[in-house]
Amino acid sequence: MNNVIANRLTKSFNNVKVVDDLSFSVDEGEIYGIIGPDGSGKTTLFRILTTLISPDSGSCKVCGFDVTKDYKAIRNVVGYMPGRFSLYQDLTVQENLDFFATVFNTTLGENYSLIRDIYVQIEPFKDRPAGKLSGGMKQKLALCCALVHRPQILFLDEPTTGVDPVSRKEFWEMLKNLKKIGITIIVSTPYMDEASQCDKIALMQNGKFLRVDTPQNFINNYSGKILSVKSDNIYNLLEDLRTYKSLITAFSFGECCHLSSMYNEIDIDNLIDYLIKRKHKNIVISEIIPSIEDCFLSYLNR
Amino acid sequence: MNDEDIVIHTDKLRKQFGNFVAVEDISFDVKKGEIFGFLGANGAGKTTAMRMLCGLSYPTSGIATVAGFDVSKHQEEVKKNIGYMSQKFSLYDDLKVWENIRLFGGIYGMKSAKIKTKTDEILNELGLENERNKFVGELPLGWKQKLSFSISIFHEPKVVFLDEPTGGVDPVTRRHFWELIYKAVSRGITIFVTTHYMDEAEYCNRVSIMVDGKIKALDSPSNLKQEFGASSMEQVFFRLAREAERKGD
Repeated sequence: MNNVIANRLTKSFNNVKVVDDLSFSVDEGEIYGIIGPDGSGKTTLFRILTTLISPDSGSCKVCGFDVTKDYKAIRNVVGYMPGRFSLYQDLTVQENLDFFATVFNTTLGENYSLIRDIYVQIEPFKDRPAGKLSGGMKQKLALCCALVHRPQILFLDEPTTGVDPVSRKEFWEMLKNLKKIGITIIVSTPYMDEASQCDKIALMQNGKFLRVDTPQNFINNYSGKILSVKSDNIYNLLEDLRTYKSLITAFSFGECCHLSSMYNEIDIDNLIDYLIKRKHKNIVISEIIPSIEDCFLSYLNR
Repeated sequence: MNDEDIVIHTDKLRKQFGNFVAVEDISFDVKKGEIFGFLGANGAGKTTAMRMLCGLSYPTSGIATVAGFDVSKHQEEVKKNIGYMSQKFSLYDDLKVWENIRLFGGIYGMKSAKIKTKTDEILNELGLENERNKFVGELPLGWKQKLSFSISIFHEPKVVFLDEPTGGVDPVTRRHFWELIYKAVSRGITIFVTTHYMDEAEYCNRVSIMVDGKIKALDSPSNLKQEFGASSMEQVFFRLAREAERKGD
C-alpha cells in the first residue's frame, strides 16, 4: 500500500520553482531517503507533506488524506522532526514530552511501548531544560516528541546533522526498529552512509527527483569505472588529477582521491607516469566498487 | 622544534563546572601550518576546550597559549590573532554579503581601503560577485559556510578554529570547503577543526580523539589506524567513543 502519493507537486517562491512538478510514491513501512544538495527543495517538500504549507499546484495524499483538504486529519497521523531543533528550550525534557502528548490528546503512558527504548536514554535528564542537552540527546528527545502520538509516518528532516558517529549509528538502529513495527519513515540526510541504509533513495536537485531507486541499484547501474588514487600529497594530487585529462572528475575521499571517467577507460600505467613526473611519491592506484557517494557526486556533476 | 613553530600549546588544561570536570588536564601542541582534527562524541568536552583556546572562557587550571599568548592572561591578544567559525553561528542573515565582510573586517581593526580590496578578492575567489548585494540569509547553507570561512581568515590570523564547519552540508560542497582549507594552509594558516564526518578526519595531518574530557588518542590518521588495527578513522572513533561513560548529556 502507498502511504504517500504525490502527483505533479509544484511550489514556487519568488518565481523560483522550489518543488517542480514532482510525482512519487512511498510504500508503507519503507525507509525512504531524500538526498540532495543544499537548496534542492527537500525541506519545502517536507513542509508540503506535513501540511505546513500548501502546494501551488498538483495533489498529494498522505495516509489516504489530501494535503490541502484534509490537513487536520494528516496532522494526527504524521510525526515531524524539523531540521532545526524546535522543542521548547526552556521546558524540561519531561515537560516537552507531556506538552506534545497533550497537544495530540494522548499521554506519555499510552504509547510508552513505542518510545521506551529511546526514552530510557534521556530519562536520567528528564528534569533538565531541553536547551541544556547535548546534540545527541536533543535529537533523541525530538524523536520521542515526534512519536508520542503513535504516527503512521515519520518525517525526519536531517535528523542527524551535528550528531557524532556513535550516536548516529544508535539513531539509525532506532529507525530500523520503528520500521519493524510498520512505521513509514521519510528522511533526508547529508550523510551518504545513512543513505545506503534506506530502502529507497530519491536524489533531489532543483526541485526535481533526478532518480529514485534502491541503494544497490544505484551502485549496480553506475556506468564507468572508479579508481582510488593515493599519494603523499593529497591536495596536489587532487589538482593534478583534475588536469590529467578532460572529462575526468576527481574528488577527495578521505586519504585517497576517487577518479572517474564516464566516457573512456583510464590507462593506469599512463596515469602513474604522469603522477611520477609531477613528483608524487608512494602512489597507489586500485579500481574500486562505487559507493553511494560516488553515484551522488557523478549525478550532480552532470 | 623552534617555539615559534608551535601555534597552540596546552599543558594540563582543565575546566571544571562545580564537581563536573568538562576538560580534564589535556596537553598537546599544534604546529604552524598543520591541520589539526579535534574529534570526540557529543558531550566529550570539545566545545569547552575550544572556548578556552579562543579566549572566551578561563581555564580552571593548567596552561594554554595560542599564537604565543596566554589564554588566561591575554585573552584580547588571543582573539586578535585567531579566526573562528562554527556551523551554528557564522554570519548575520539580515546583513548583505558585503556588509558582513565590512563588519568583520572592522571588528578585526582592518583599514577601510584594505577591506575593499580584500572584499573583491574573496568574492572573486568564491564566485560570489553577483551576490555582493544579497542578504546572507538568501544564500544556500554551503555558500554561506564557504563565505564564512573566507571571512574568518580575512585578517590573516595565525590559526583558525572551525567548529563543525561542514555540519549539514552536502557532499559536493563539503569537498569544495576542504579545498578552501587546503588553500589557507598553503598560505601558512594553521587549522584547528572539529567534525563528525570521519572521512574529513582523514584530511587532517593529526587527529586527537576526546572521550569524557580527556584526550584518549593523538596521532596522524595512518598511525592511529595502525595502532588500533582499524581500516578507517570511523573504526578508530568507534573503538574509543564506545568506551565513553558520559552519555552525551
